[in-house]
Amino acid sequence: MVYPVHVAVSFKPGVLDAEGKNVQKSLELLGIATQSVKSVKTFVLSIDADSTEAATAVAEEACRRLLANPVVHDYTITVDASGEAR
Amino acid sequence: MGQVRVCVMRIEGTNREEDAQAAFEAAGADRVELVHLKQLAHSDTVPQDLHRTLDDYDILFIPGGFSAGDAVRGGAIWAARIHADLGDQIKSFIESGRPVGGVCNGFQVLLELGCLPGWAGTLPDEPEAALIQNDIGRFQSRFAELKREASTPCIWVSEVPEDNLLVPIAHGEGKFAFAPDTAEEDLKRLEAAGQIVFRYVKPDGSPAGGEFPYNPNGSIADIAGICNERGNVFGMMPHPENAIDPLQAPDWTRRPRTPCGLPIFESAVRYARGL
Repeated sequence: MVYPVHVAVSFKPGVLDAEGKNVQKSLELLGIATQSVKSVKTFVLSIDADSTEAATAVAEEACRRLLANPVVHDYTITVDASGEAR
Repeated sequence: MGQVRVCVMRIEGTNREEDAQAAFEAAGADRVELVHLKQLAHSDTVPQDLHRTLDDYDILFIPGGFSAGDAVRGGAIWAARIHADLGDQIKSFIESGRPVGGVCNGFQVLLELGCLPGWAGTLPDEPEAALIQNDIGRFQSRFAELKREASTPCIWVSEVPEDNLLVPIAHGEGKFAFAPDTAEEDLKRLEAAGQIVFRYVKPDGSPAGGEFPYNPNGSIADIAGICNERGNVFGMMPHPENAIDPLQAPDWTRRPRTPCGLPIFESAVRYARGL
């Protein structure tokens, strides 16, 4: 089964999210008030695997090796269990 | 006295490789080649006579630019490709003690590869530090002042004076950072081993203290460049290859000075000649 896997990469707490801060400032100039803005980068991977667990493991490896820098990033992995037709 | 051969690596998106070539030539290197990663990886798409091996060179330099369009993060794709295609070559090159330098995007690559600070081995599986978006949230393209640390094992600064250097910067992701939960001890370790090579300073030579515009990106401890414990692998954010001629300084009519960036390349060439 081919699973769509959503990977969201964001900064760890304690690391300044300069893009989020800038967006918040710009929104304020436009008269849109927010408590905070956090930037999150999303990748959608289509992974051919036997199970959602196996798909998660592949995405985990992708995060560790390329999509995130574990020094400053947190990431979440969400597998769409319904999958897609091949 | 051997010949000094320099490999300036490039891939799609690098843009300072010719500047780096000019800098090494000005510093007295005998042969400076621009070498595509695919030539080193002996890719099928590269004609046989263009295949190269890192071992044929005395210095490896990773120049600045926007490799792979800065997709994912600055330097991340290039680092992943080096890891996959040249892992063993680069590991043995570093372990042989030959100089490896990275500037700007090249510094990002060396951090992403984990070669810097290099605590978990020559080429660990995961990075130990990061270069993230400037605090100000914008690209900075201008001059910055920096100063070398007096005590560092870095072989790239043996000829560099301890005065303020005026060097161009051009980066959006230049904030040197450690993991927030270990930053304090990581910084102590870096300092204790003399691995901080350059820091941003104010015009009077005092520490920038994190203050913008002297510290252009919010780097922890005003860090502009670091090296590994052995001192042969070195990376910095500012562009010394664009400060090799007196006319490249913005105030050259008022204050003639020797080119601030050239001694960095001279240091590496001199060291490589002695190997």
